[in-house]
Amino acid sequence: MPSIKKPLIPLAPLPVNELGLTLRDYEGGMSTLCAGCGHDSITAAITRAFFDLSLPPEKIAKLSGIGCSSKTPTYFVSGAHGFNSVHGRMPPIVTGANAANRSSIYIGISGDGDSLSIGAGHFVHAVRRNVNMVYVIENNGVYGLTKGQFSATADVGSSAKKGAANETPPIDPVIMALSLGATFVARSFSGDKGQLIPIIKAAVEHKGFALIDVISPCIQFNNHEGSTKSYHYVREHEIKEIDQVYIPPSGEITAVLPEDGIVRVKMFDGSTLAFRTLPSNYDPRDREGAMHYVNQARLRGEIPTGLLFIDEDAPDVHELNSTTDTPLVDLPYESLCPGSAELARFMEGFN
Amino acid sequence: MTLSDNLEKDLNRISRYRATAGVNDFAIRFANVNGTGSASANNLLLKSIFRMGVPVSGKNLFPSNIQGLPTWYELRVNGKGHTARASEFDLVVAMNGQTYKDDVASLKSGGYLLYDSSWPLPKELMRQDVNILGVPLSNLCTEPFPEAKERVLLRNIAYAGAVSALLDLDHQIVSQMLDEKYKKNERLRSSNQIALKIGYDYAKANFDCPLPIRVEPLGANANKILIDGNTTAALGCVYAGATVAGWYPITPATSVAENFLKLCERYRTYQVTLPDGTVETKRNFAVLQAEDEIAAIGMVVGAAWAGARSFTSTSGPGISLMNEIIGLAYYTEIPAVIINVQRTGPSTGMPTRVQQADLMTCAYASHGDTKHVLLFPADPNECFSFAAKAFDLAEHFQTPVMMLSDLDIGMNDWVVDRLEWDDNYVWDRGRVLTSEQLAELPKFLRYSDPDDDYVTSRTLPGKDSKGAYFTRGSGHDRFGGYTESPEAYQDVVDRLTKKLQRAASYVPEPIIKSKPGSNLGVITIGSCEAAVLEALEILEEGGVSLDYMRLRGFPFDQSVRKFVDDHENCIVVEQNRDAQLRSLLILDLGVDPNLLRSVLSYGGFPLSTKTVVEGIEDLIKD
Repeated sequence: MPSIKKPLIPLAPLPVNELGLTLRDYEGGMSTLCAGCGHDSITAAITRAFFDLSLPPEKIAKLSGIGCSSKTPTYFVSGAHGFNSVHGRMPPIVTGANAANRSSIYIGISGDGDSLSIGAGHFVHAVRRNVNMVYVIENNGVYGLTKGQFSATADVGSSAKKGAANETPPIDPVIMALSLGATFVARSFSGDKGQLIPIIKAAVEHKGFALIDVISPCIQFNNHEGSTKSYHYVREHEIKEIDQVYIPPSGEITAVLPEDGIVRVKMFDGSTLAFRTLPSNYDPRDREGAMHYVNQARLRGEIPTGLLFIDEDAPDVHELNSTTDTPLVDLPYESLCPGSAELARFMEGFN
Repeated sequence: MTLSDNLEKDLNRISRYRATAGVNDFAIRFANVNGTGSASANNLLLKSIFRMGVPVSGKNLFPSNIQGLPTWYELRVNGKGHTARASEFDLVVAMNGQTYKDDVASLKSGGYLLYDSSWPLPKELMRQDVNILGVPLSNLCTEPFPEAKERVLLRNIAYAGAVSALLDLDHQIVSQMLDEKYKKNERLRSSNQIALKIGYDYAKANFDCPLPIRVEPLGANANKILIDGNTTAALGCVYAGATVAGWYPITPATSVAENFLKLCERYRTYQVTLPDGTVETKRNFAVLQAEDEIAAIGMVVGAAWAGARSFTSTSGPGISLMNEIIGLAYYTEIPAVIINVQRTGPSTGMPTRVQQADLMTCAYASHGDTKHVLLFPADPNECFSFAAKAFDLAEHFQTPVMMLSDLDIGMNDWVVDRLEWDDNYVWDRGRVLTSEQLAELPKFLRYSDPDDDYVTSRTLPGKDSKGAYFTRGSGHDRFGGYTESPEAYQDVVDRLTKKLQRAASYVPEPIIKSKPGSNLGVITIGSCEAAVLEALEILEEGGVSLDYMRLRGFPFDQSVRKFVDDHENCIVVEQNRDAQLRSLLILDLGVDPNLLRSVLSYGGFPLSTKTVVEGIEDLIKD
């Protein structure tokens, strides 16, 4: 829940979703982040996307590492289990949980320090395994809780609050994920809910690892003149050439895109993503093309946002493992233990 | 010197020196070059002796190397069942020129030295007080095995043939073993049989077979199996119902995870026909090879949080990396099973050598105030039952449980009692609330302890939103909420202290062997057992009577305290430099440090009886 307290009794009846739940049912505890923090906007977008998708709260598992971003899972869907683990280690914890119970919907919230410094090794391997999850990097280029050190996404030349400029080259999670074979790669901006909400919905429906790198300015330590992660800078340099609409499985097309040059991607659950892109030859299913596009834009000092790449055909972690459809946690003990007679047979090999 | 000259000399030597050991009581050292396939030959001999019903042990002393460095295999045969590592040898099979000098030095006076006499006897092998048996292994193998690579491998089987004749092994058994091993490859079966016969026939024709050191069938192994502890540990995980394993390759623990995978592929798969007619094999398990040990334990904790029985297997360096998440699991009260097959530390240490030097780091793993349940198996049989038990304890107490095996137990073949499984076993999932139980509660509070059990109820994600709570490694109160309040924080961690105290009476009780009137006790742990028990027998023959206690779990139960209190002094025998078990006894039980003295072995080879006997004698003399 963003840091505004709401009246206990709503003034007007709240709209309900397919499960009969209201938006309130997808909110969590009061945010303790700074007023104006980009992360709170992302929390609000997640809340809205989950409400719209009518996700059963008990089916949602929200996990995080350590940092400002990692505090946010407490701020949405209080009826979901949450796990605020240790710094950088959220990906393996989700991997294990997902292995054990594939029927939950996993969302991991991380930051640029969490995912691209201390946990970079885990991030890349979660991408490689194509763990079925939504992975949000709330990217502000700075360590907030320890008061303003540069992170690995800080651009060369971007200056800290006290003036020193960063000199080491940044890691771009989008380029990195594309090169690792990620099957869903998006970039967005916390100041643009209109773009972020459909991307989150598509990420939930995507089969496999869905990365959403959300530039989320740190109001306290990285929102000044000279920073390339400030609200002002991002608004000035963002290019929104890729427009996507999420169409639920049985849903009406509510936002209509002009049909010319449209690319449609069928999602695993039957929903559809419709793309219209400004570079008319841009295909969100072309990995090389996406990498080239993002790189070229970066060289021009532009930040392209939108759902940049999607591959719905790649096998996810469970297909790669041939895991049984029943969640492993629901298998009865009898189906797991071979029993004493089999033990006797086994030991014949050791006589 | 011609071949036959050598031979004549060898034969003379056999008659000149009496063997120092005898029937069903001797030790052999095989000195080999790593990567030449000697393991097959040595295992063939070990297993044949086992099948003849005679107690035997095989210790593989191998280098951290794939090919080229020296490797030894030590085989001890003892009719009375004493199979701890021998320190001197009655027969040395010297197949490695790099180590001739040391190998011949390890031979007892009057013992036998077998070498490849295709070349003249090297001067390093000349020793006047031993019997030299030259077998021209390379020459004998040249004609039947023209291909060099194959010849190198089969030369080993040829020496196994010679040794089997010298020791009077049942030729039927040895030959049948090769048939079994290569039943799917006729070409290999036949070449191995030829090599075996070459060595066997040569020894029969040229030496006075059998030697005084030889094997006589005994029938002592009717209810035994010959198996390594990593296989049985993996089997214990299967039988306990573990479904998720996260692991990272590390010597000497790798074969735990690999065996678990193999066993699961055997017992936990089924086939489905897909709509397009193709058949897919589905798995009721997930084995995840992680990017590092941090991820491995992270996967275990994630899976356990979600409600699966999950485990990892690792060794010292892995434990070091896992520390932070072990602390997370302790504080958030998530079950986790860790199988630590200990090797020689610190740092990389000697990866292929044994120690029991992770006791302290495991007992209190991670920063902050922590304490963990540990299990100490002594042999592969206990690896099976303790691995299974670890899951019950972890889920009952909602805490990490570490089983501390070691390289000697994990990777060497041991003769142990047959494994047993009770089909009436019911797994202990601990306090996990169902939706029905949740419905009866006004509100679910994760860490509240209304009935003073010290273990609080948990819920699993994906099941019921009434049971939803926020798991956090940050300071939390009894309701699961974030806290920085001293009282609310202490309330939770004080309960954890009591929870771990209670676990002491749930870990396997110590094995105690007391003799009337003895006021000296020996305390030991894990793979020390065989050497310590034999040492106590030897000391008793010399008139020194000592009581025995082998610890099998931590925290220590009151029976451990009582044993210490019942004796004037205790000697703690363990395989590390810093007397870590002694320290744990002092820390956990408050034992007076002056009452505990130490016999320590930490060079990396399995503990020998001689070390224990001499160590205890030195202490008693003082």
